[in-house]
Amino acid sequence: MSRRKFIKKATLGTLAGLIGADIVFGASMPKNYFPIALQEPDLFQLFGKSPEMTVLNTKPWNIEAKAHLLDDKITPNKAMFLRNNGLLPEKIDLDKWTLTIDGESVKEKKTYSLSELKSKFKQYTYQLTLECGGNGRSEFDPPAKGNQWTIGAVSCANWTGVRLKDVLEDAGIKEDAVYIGYHAIDSHLSRDPNKEPISRGAPMEKVVQDETLLAFKMNNEAIPLAHGYPLRLIAGGWPASVSGKWINRISIRNKVHDGTKMTGTAYRVPCKPVAPGEKVKDEDMCIIESMPVKSLITFPKTGAIIKENKKLHIRGHAWAGELEVAQMEYSIDFGATWLECVIDKPVNRLAWQHFSASLSFPQKGYYEIWARATDSQGVKQPMVLPGWNPKGYLNNACHRIAVKVI
Amino acid sequence: MKNSDFRIQVKAFYAFLLVCISLLVLLSIVILLYNSNPDIFYSKKEIDTKDYIEVSKDDNYDKIENGIHIRTGFKEGEGLMETVNNCTNCHSAQLVIQNRMNKERWEETIHWMQETQNLWDLGDNEAIIINYLVTNYPPVKKGRRTILSTVEWYNLEDE
Repeated sequence: MSRRKFIKKATLGTLAGLIGADIVFGASMPKNYFPIALQEPDLFQLFGKSPEMTVLNTKPWNIEAKAHLLDDKITPNKAMFLRNNGLLPEKIDLDKWTLTIDGESVKEKKTYSLSELKSKFKQYTYQLTLECGGNGRSEFDPPAKGNQWTIGAVSCANWTGVRLKDVLEDAGIKEDAVYIGYHAIDSHLSRDPNKEPISRGAPMEKVVQDETLLAFKMNNEAIPLAHGYPLRLIAGGWPASVSGKWINRISIRNKVHDGTKMTGTAYRVPCKPVAPGEKVKDEDMCIIESMPVKSLITFPKTGAIIKENKKLHIRGHAWAGELEVAQMEYSIDFGATWLECVIDKPVNRLAWQHFSASLSFPQKGYYEIWARATDSQGVKQPMVLPGWNPKGYLNNACHRIAVKVI
Repeated sequence: MKNSDFRIQVKAFYAFLLVCISLLVLLSIVILLYNSNPDIFYSKKEIDTKDYIEVSKDDNYDKIENGIHIRTGFKEGEGLMETVNNCTNCHSAQLVIQNRMNKERWEETIHWMQETQNLWDLGDNEAIIINYLVTNYPPVKKGRRTILSTVEWYNLEDE
């Protein structure tokens, strides 16, 4: 009891030090809420996440969903993966928040307040797929360094904001512009104010797309703090690291942006295929752009036991980066034969598509249901791991769930 | 006159020596007393105990249970505390535990952190830490795809 008293009396700062993590909503932490340091963090209290989510890392916070948690057509916050490179911002002053557009290729450096952004430019809402470049990393052999994501680092929420191109054009884009780079207010893990945890970007072709947004809202509510409140770049279909959070500056560059995590092995893969474990020179690495075709079975949850002669209805989502999913198939015999699923059209470009199928099984036994999507260019998901790369990106091997028929 | 000057100087020096020796003796007594009972010089009345916590003897900050260092989740082993003390300041231990690397790649990772992430020079601890990591968290062969494991079976009711 006296230990409890001590913890309650300690300042939030001390507490944060104690559990080695930031108490995100510390200020609004209920009086009787006692964060159990060093044990399972209360994900709902901290981030409004389902307690079924998997915590990969508490500092920085990295949390992923399980396939069955992503069953909703529009991903709610509670099932949305959380990927951080640095420490979450501790204080946000909405009135003082500004976005500055600068860089070699801006005609005139300009600064906007949040209310200016909201009133000056037309707002749009799109449902956009965001998948971590490293989703599926845990399967690579030899193992790839970093958070060991399995399948749950993907989401497709509604994002509302202004078009990035409208804002950049207002400031003026010089003809030599090739890339943008974002800057944000999160802090480096070492708390060195001169280091940015991440500062990535996108080429102008992606920047000028209608769906590339500076977003204020997620699912029609203010973006949760951990997901980039109050301003987040959204570039659907590309590694989610392009969709920078807590944005306060965008640089229009006359060269490929060279911020943190734009170089070396970060979010880059060998330009030409390499053998597993092979050393790759820096100059032979290429920046990941569109994510590959992929799908998830979100119902039923893996491990379902069903009665013989019963039909099983499966459903899930499929997406294909910049492209659309053209075909969706499933197999119950380890990829020997494939049958078609019904697949919906996306609600807008870069939104995931929903599929469903009604399955029957020939006899009792153990089965795996494998799902395989094909993109609009005829490229299918592989059944085994795709090409190895040093940081374990782009694993789009087909999703599998286990089923028993009794 | 010269003789009496000398006498005065000797007397002064004698007095100074006496003071020094008495101080030394006093100091040794203080040190001896403090060593036998560190609380002897604190007045109990000055301490406000209401903000203090009682930590029972087994409530060890670096407690190890079933071979796991409770505070971080690291496995017990040679080099554990060197690893805890150097590798959990910026990021959680979970980031380390999730990863499986050989000696060469751990070395690369440490050097990358030193070059870009403000990790300090580990000195002799570098070899100890790398040895701890490759011993306790060695790479596991997974092949091109593993079997589906840790499936929790449940009866799926009719929809």
